[in-house]
Amino acid sequence: MSAVRAGKLGAFFFRPQPESSSRARDVIELRQAGKTYRVDGRDIPALQPTDLRVAGGEIFGLIGHSGAGKSTLLRLINRLEEPSAGRIVVDGEDVTALDAAGLRAFRRRVGMIFQHFNLLSSKTVADNIAMPLQLAGSLGRRQIAERVDGLLARVGLEAHAGKYPAQLSGGQKQRVGIARALATEPKILLCDEATSALDPQTTAQVLQLLDGINRELGLTIVLITHEMDVIRRVCDRVAVMDAGRIVELGPVGDVFLHPQHPTTRRFVLEAEQIDEHEQRADFAHVAGRIVRLTFRGEATYAPLLGSVARDTGVDFSILAGRIDHIKDTPYGQLTLALIGGDIDAAQRRLAEAEVHLEVLRA
Amino acid sequence: MNEFFSNVDPGEIWLATVDTLLMLGGSLLFTVLFGLPLGVLLFLTGPRQMFERRGLYRLLSVLVNALRSLPFIILLIVMIPLTVLLTGTSLGVAGAIPPLVAGATPFFARLVETALREVDRGIIEASQAMGATTRQIVVDALLPEARPGIIAAITITAITLVSYTAMAGVVGAGGLGDLAIRFGYQRFQTDVMIVTVALLLVLVQILQSIGDRLVVHFSRR
Ligand SMILES: Nc1ncnc2c1ncn2[C@@H]1O[C@H](COP(=O)(O)OP(=O)(O)OP(=O)(O)O)[C@@H](O)[C@H]1O
Ligand SMILES: [Mg+2]
Repeated sequence: MSAVRAGKLGAFFFRPQPESSSRARDVIELRQAGKTYRVDGRDIPALQPTDLRVAGGEIFGLIGHSGAGKSTLLRLINRLEEPSAGRIVVDGEDVTALDAAGLRAFRRRVGMIFQHFNLLSSKTVADNIAMPLQLAGSLGRRQIAERVDGLLARVGLEAHAGKYPAQLSGGQKQRVGIARALATEPKILLCDEATSALDPQTTAQVLQLLDGINRELGLTIVLITHEMDVIRRVCDRVAVMDAGRIVELGPVGDVFLHPQHPTTRRFVLEAEQIDEHEQRADFAHVAGRIVRLTFRGEATYAPLLGSVARDTGVDFSILAGRIDHIKDTPYGQLTLALIGGDIDAAQRRLAEAEVHLEVLRA
Repeated sequence: MNEFFSNVDPGEIWLATVDTLLMLGGSLLFTVLFGLPLGVLLFLTGPRQMFERRGLYRLLSVLVNALRSLPFIILLIVMIPLTVLLTGTSLGVAGAIPPLVAGATPFFARLVETALREVDRGIIEASQAMGATTRQIVVDALLPEARPGIIAAITITAITLVSYTAMAGVVGAGGLGDLAIRFGYQRFQTDVMIVTVALLLVLVQILQSIGDRLVVHFSRR
């Protein structure tokens, strides 16, 4: 069944998940949830029936090209979009079964931030942040003011409480958006391209803020992005979407370092600014066996290459390389040309040291 | 100079000015009172809106368009029986207010609908995501966001009402327009005409600049 649903290749790209006992409880669960829009009598399938589980406390990324169905999936979670099929269970509660009042109460437990911030231009920063609390009507004026002060401090905007959104920079506006989304102390935060309108430096700051919130408050975050780099920096797991389906899903390290689906590969290459054709053309002038080594964690900094080369008499030249982090885990990826000596022995030694080796050209 | 303005009776002018202001104030008040909810209803029931109701929207649209396409002078006459029923008279300030309100409300409601449509859809979405009711979305999000547009709509409506009050003079409503027609036009007292027209002009200028200032004040962009 699941192989059929996910397409022929799908089953292969879904990496085995750790047993649920070793993971935090699933906080969000889509069961065959799908969405078909009807426009002028024509059906537009935006999201094929999809199964998805997001664990409590994780940062889950959704990446895909424009129109892939990312926003549709995200908006099903707080039912801003009515599913046309399937069920959505959040925190053990069947969201699809809620009536209007129940849905409003539920939405207060789910924060949301947007690409274009969607702040009220007629309200000050403090009033924008207070808005969800005022709508809920369960706190008094003083309590609301106290909570707003706390939120302003959390997002570092204490000095801007009385300003209007038009007086803020994009990054500051998104901080207000985040503070507003946190006002009702939700357990889940949904982010629809929260950094797409921001420059790289501001993006980094906002991601850092989200990461901090995730760690300190244990908030489950689902975020949409077009950039693999955003996924690499903050996400624990990622789902790659294409044409209304999840085509690849797994821990970010696995998906990022060993992408399987063509869409995923394209995103990764884009993030690393590699032009595959150009690279292949360059390698044509290089002699020897071309391999790509992937180091993760401790292995990244181990003095391995030199000793393997010494012991096996293999010479190597570095064609391309990158050392960086996936969230907190260091990784390195080196493309080498191996010449002379016992190349097979060298490959075995590297494999023993838990270095992932991929032969690009034999 | 004094010779030229010999027909101008300051007392009469003053009374007429007060009448015009009363008609304007009274009709503007009721126009906003009826037009704002009507505008909100038009917006909410409109295509692809939160409370989309095709039938109701079409019905309201037809009604609003019918009233707007009717020349005000015709409306004045057609409404006389209803006006008498409502105010006991078809004359004076009281008699002018019902047709003025009937003429301006559909116009104002359309302007309100347009102002609400100008509000970014993202605001509605964000409010819904916060768990707001439709009422809260309208009162706490849409109306504050549309406030500059609505103030501009009130300004335009007020100015339109000034010209309507002048026309209402034809059916004995009193006011500056009445003075201009009775003395300035029918008795060829050009001086009266000039003074009343100048006063109407000043009134329009004042309304426009108050409106503009309020719009600027409430636009936090
Ligand atoms: N309200 C709607 N009515 C009709 N079709 C829609 C609607 N919203 C989305 N769609 C269609 O559904 C598909 C998926 O849209 P969705 O917004 O989920 O994509 P996305 O992955 O978020 O894209 P982007 O990166 O551009 O935001 C698209 O083909 C889109 O045209
Ligand atoms: Mg989208």
